[in-house]
Amino acid sequence: MDILRLNGLSKRFGGLVAVDDVSLQVEEGGIIGLIGPNGAGKTTLFNLITGNYRPDEGEVIFSGQNITGLLPHRIVELGVARTFQNIRLFQEMSVLENVLAGCHCRLRAGLLASMFHPPSQKREERRALERAIKELAFVGLETQYANYAKNLAYGSQRLLEIARALASSPRLLILDEPAGGMNDQETHNLLALIRTIRDLGISILLIEHDMNLVMKLCDRLVVLEYGAVIATGVPGEIKKNPRVIEAYLGTEDPL
Amino acid sequence: MIPPRLPKSALRAAMVMAGAGMLALPHLLGPYWTNLLNDMGIYAILGLSLNIILGHCGLFHMGHAAFYAVGAYTAAILSTRFSVPILWSMPLSGCLAGLFALAVARPIIHLRGDYLLVVTIGIVEIVRIALVNNIFGLTGGSNGLLITEPISIFGYEIFRPAHFYYLIWSMAALTILLFYMLQNSRFGRALNYIKQDDLAAEGSGINTAHYKLAAFVLGAVWAGLIGAVFAAKIETVSPQSFSFSESVLYFAIVILGGAGSIPGVLLGAFLITGLPEIFREWQHYRLFLFGAAMVIMMIFRPQGLIPPGRRHYNVWPYLGSFPRGVASRNREPR
Repeated sequence: MDILRLNGLSKRFGGLVAVDDVSLQVEEGGIIGLIGPNGAGKTTLFNLITGNYRPDEGEVIFSGQNITGLLPHRIVELGVARTFQNIRLFQEMSVLENVLAGCHCRLRAGLLASMFHPPSQKREERRALERAIKELAFVGLETQYANYAKNLAYGSQRLLEIARALASSPRLLILDEPAGGMNDQETHNLLALIRTIRDLGISILLIEHDMNLVMKLCDRLVVLEYGAVIATGVPGEIKKNPRVIEAYLGTEDPL
Repeated sequence: MIPPRLPKSALRAAMVMAGAGMLALPHLLGPYWTNLLNDMGIYAILGLSLNIILGHCGLFHMGHAAFYAVGAYTAAILSTRFSVPILWSMPLSGCLAGLFALAVARPIIHLRGDYLLVVTIGIVEIVRIALVNNIFGLTGGSNGLLITEPISIFGYEIFRPAHFYYLIWSMAALTILLFYMLQNSRFGRALNYIKQDDLAAEGSGINTAHYKLAAFVLGAVWAGLIGAVFAAKIETVSPQSFSFSESVLYFAIVILGGAGSIPGVLLGAFLITGLPEIFREWQHYRLFLFGAAMVIMMIFRPQGLIPPGRRHYNVWPYLGSFPRGVASRNREPR
């Protein structure tokens, strides 16, 4: 079954068609790459899935449920977690607290429990801490737990965003340029990390410009240009697709 | 990496001594200074309640006097019209202030920063003008309401500054305790995430609109509660106690003391109410000095006198108990 299904999704900003009638599927347990030149509408498409934008047309079906137009936090609760292209951590808070933000939607303590700290609230907090440390260990940042997020190196900040997303127990993880700003070694480790996440049963949809990474990692690629899908297929096919090559390299100038 | 902390026993002993000192104060100081301490306590509670909204959640709210007014007038109206003993009406004062906050904040909660600021200024002005215009014939116009009923709790009559001192400061102590607990909880963290990055908070699964509204309502309830105490203490409730400039004062207490920091807000309340009294001789320059101090603060210490400390989490039981992941080869330089 498909965990995510986009049916004819469109989004216009004024006269600009940012996403144009996009349909795609993410298979349960798959790693799907979304590629395309700058400005092709990849991040806009992500924002439509995660509820940051409302589509003008079309629908987003997550695990059989129509989630079109739901608020972002509701979509996270349902099991879609994301990272951001331009890292959006809580910079002035600790690494641990950043991950606890991801745990938030799985905790229940309300205003009164938060004020009076009954045993149930304390148990829940301990569970959240355990979970947060587990996710930090998973991405290899647990020794940094007390550090401010802003003090982490760029690559580690990307990993912290992944840990925060994982802490919300997602079934689908949406990664927006996870390797952006990483060096070769970090990118190499990221590849293994994403595969491990998939092996945990979490489906992955990602945007990435590092073609080497995308070709190695993804089961299937979807290519976007001017907001529309111009090709989809396994990495081997996409590499040879003339339409894709044209979109990336341009046509030969007849002059 | 972990900052040194005082041993718990030393901290407890210090708190017991401070508590004993606080209990003895009104007997040592006499009514004039006790009264000043009462004002300080009221400002401290108002500051702490605004701190939830402005300090923790980062919502620029400059209309807090409106909620304070709703609480004070609720108590005063119930006392003058229906002879409800004034402190009995405290819960209702809090509730009505909270409901009022819910009604006015709901439509504006999505506004950000300066836009919200302007709207909240509008709210406090509307409330003040409504009070001056004797709205529903209940508020007594610009003269306000005079409370003549004797004030008592549990049959114990309250009229001297020392009585109010114990009432106000025990309320302040309770406020500090509860807000401290709140700060170190899921709720408190959620407010901080929103303050840091609204969009990332929503994208991490936090219902930002809900928490912003909850912060507003909680802050308003507390302002309403202390409004009832204020009405009991001052005995005449009139619109000029709830002007825009009052709201600015609360705002200044939070920003000057340290947004999001309980000790900071307490210090802010202490300075804003105490310094004008201590420097009475220079009272002509008071506002000038106040303005200058604010300017200097904002340039050299924008985070406030006592910025919020970090939360402490007991993670030792869990450290090292999980396998390190595949990305663990990324070593961080310290």
